[in-house]
Amino acid sequence: MPAGSSGTVTSVDDSSRVGRRLSELGVVPGVRVSVIKHAPFGDPVEVRLLRYNLALRKEEAAVVEIDPASTNGRS
Amino acid sequence: MDGASSQKTSPIVALAGNPNAGKTTLFNALTGLRHKVANYPGVTVERRSGRWPLGDAPAELVDLPGLYSLDATSMDEEIARDVLRGSPDSPVRPDAIVAVVDATNLERNLYLITQIIEHETPVVIALTMMDLFEEHGHVIDIEMLSKGLFVPVVPVDARKGTGISELANAVSGVFGKAQQVPAGLTAELSGEGSEVFARYRYISGLVQSAVKHNDVDAHRFSDRVDSVLTHKFWGLLVLLGILLLVFQAIFSWATLPMDLLESGFGALGDGARSVLPAGIFADLIIDGVIAGVGGILVFLPQIILLFVFISILEDTGYMSRAAFLLDRLMSRIGLHGKAFLPLISSFACAIPGIMATRTIEDRRDRLATIMIAPFMSCSARLPVYVLMIAAFFGGQTVFGFVSLGAVIMLGMYLLGIVVAIIVAFILKQTVLKAPTPPFMMELPPYRMPSFRTVLSNVLVRAGLFVRRAGTVILAISIILWALAYFPRSDAAAQPGSETAASTQLENSFAGRLGHAIEPVIEPLGYDWKIGVALIASFAAREVLVSTLSILYNVGGDADETEGLASALREAKRADGSPVWTTLTAVSLMVFFVLAMQCMSTVAIVRRETNSWRWPLFMVAYMTVLAYLGAFLTYQGGRLLGFS
Repeated sequence: MPAGSSGTVTSVDDSSRVGRRLSELGVVPGVRVSVIKHAPFGDPVEVRLLRYNLALRKEEAAVVEIDPASTNGRS
Repeated sequence: MDGASSQKTSPIVALAGNPNAGKTTLFNALTGLRHKVANYPGVTVERRSGRWPLGDAPAELVDLPGLYSLDATSMDEEIARDVLRGSPDSPVRPDAIVAVVDATNLERNLYLITQIIEHETPVVIALTMMDLFEEHGHVIDIEMLSKGLFVPVVPVDARKGTGISELANAVSGVFGKAQQVPAGLTAELSGEGSEVFARYRYISGLVQSAVKHNDVDAHRFSDRVDSVLTHKFWGLLVLLGILLLVFQAIFSWATLPMDLLESGFGALGDGARSVLPAGIFADLIIDGVIAGVGGILVFLPQIILLFVFISILEDTGYMSRAAFLLDRLMSRIGLHGKAFLPLISSFACAIPGIMATRTIEDRRDRLATIMIAPFMSCSARLPVYVLMIAAFFGGQTVFGFVSLGAVIMLGMYLLGIVVAIIVAFILKQTVLKAPTPPFMMELPPYRMPSFRTVLSNVLVRAGLFVRRAGTVILAISIILWALAYFPRSDAAAQPGSETAASTQLENSFAGRLGHAIEPVIEPLGYDWKIGVALIASFAAREVLVSTLSILYNVGGDADETEGLASALREAKRADGSPVWTTLTAVSLMVFFVLAMQCMSTVAIVRRETNSWRWPLFMVAYMTVLAYLGAFLTYQGGRLLGFS
């Protein structure tokens, strides 16, 4: 996802360690996530959700599915 | 136990919460600056506690490590989890828990609360950041939030001191009561599917009814600051500027207090000399204890300054930005972005650097960072570099204007960095092999650093350094002093003589050891005198300079660098060839870049890894690397025709 884009979480694979941790941090279905920026060397990515900013590597973000068309998620 | 009514023991209150929720600020506001800091038994997690005046009976307030959930992923989190769950093996049995919740970040903070309230210990929520929350135009029904969690909720502002007495009353009121779980939460959790999602469903329902958020998510202050500070180009430039400032401070502002300490210890030694009757006891106290411990404490100003900068950068929220900026680079060598700062700190001293690795969650990542931290050229190496450069490269320039000394100094720093990168890479591929741990990290809003938080952090860290390093250094100083003092030779009996000290040293155990290892170090370009100095400097690197001063009869004072430098240049072997060449000097500097010559660091690594395995491994592999490095430098240099 490019900087400035956003979408609503549709699913998180919380059987993996990364997915479990991400969901504990609030990356759960129905939550709106927007991408703020990419770090200087392209990774990690800074996103905003539930009124706070979270940095994560792209590889870690792969366990999350996002519907970019849905803009009415919880923020 | 019913802590409030018990007269014998004061009640224990645990302070828990997410990282960055304002927990430390609240802890400091409740307890003042007097803290007890110890480690939890058997682990290296810090246990910070203080007295909280709670009505008439003061309570012991224990600050738990910050955590996002009770599913622990690090040593720190495991301790906090055990305490909050009331596990049988928990090192602390609190009578109540104060859970810090950041109002501006309510849902994620409440996730932990939904887990804590499932265990028996009663919970009180301290709601922080209310000023910011209201500034953003949000409104909260505290009564409803409290009812939804079966927990008293008290808004507090630790910086202004408001809400503190209300919090104390609320905590006194819950002692002895078992924590209940709201039926709505139990119902959500009894359903099928993810437990985490269920908790968030409950929280979301509660927050939607209790909070009216102002939906204009204003272009926030922190994001505006970050448009520069985490910018692809400007962000890196600012980071570089901050590092320059830190190093400027450490290497120039710290000079004055360091000089004062040094002359203070000198005066103390002279004073002791005039008071104590001459003899072995006076020599032990002055040359062993005062000189040895003084030699380490001289670095305290630099270490304190470094802790001040680390604390400020942490407290403002910048630290996680630095990790964000550099994670890509660090992850290429298999390390976490959070390893960057401990490594940078190690340029001043590996001890604060190694202590700062506690923020790295993954054990293997943390070990790899600890293992390479001593390659960063610390300030104790500077006197060695300075002496070598003054003696053999003074006044020379490259391209007509750049001082050759500066280039060589830079080269030594770079050598340490390059070797550290290679070693980290190898360690992560072999003994510390593991899948890359996740990066996931909150970027908290920027805040003004709190003077109290910074001060308390610095006091605690500096105290630990003095205690931990002080004891080991004291023991090693005495051993090294004895090695150089015994057996007594005739020359030492005539203290007036110019060469008495060096003759004594040559005939001592240390001198004999120097002669014994001469064949081993000869291929590095070193003679027995350098051998003695190497042995002595295994306690602390800068001891090299004072040992050489004694061996070359130029007195032990630090300001006699020029005298020692010319003595080194003029020293001749039996065949008339110079002992020291520029190649010897470079070879010795390379040795100092790579060798583990610091007993304080070994002691700290022992404490931080809780075993002798890692510190001994560190000493062994670094010594091998140092030997190889110096060997290649000297022999390679000769092959290339240098001398």
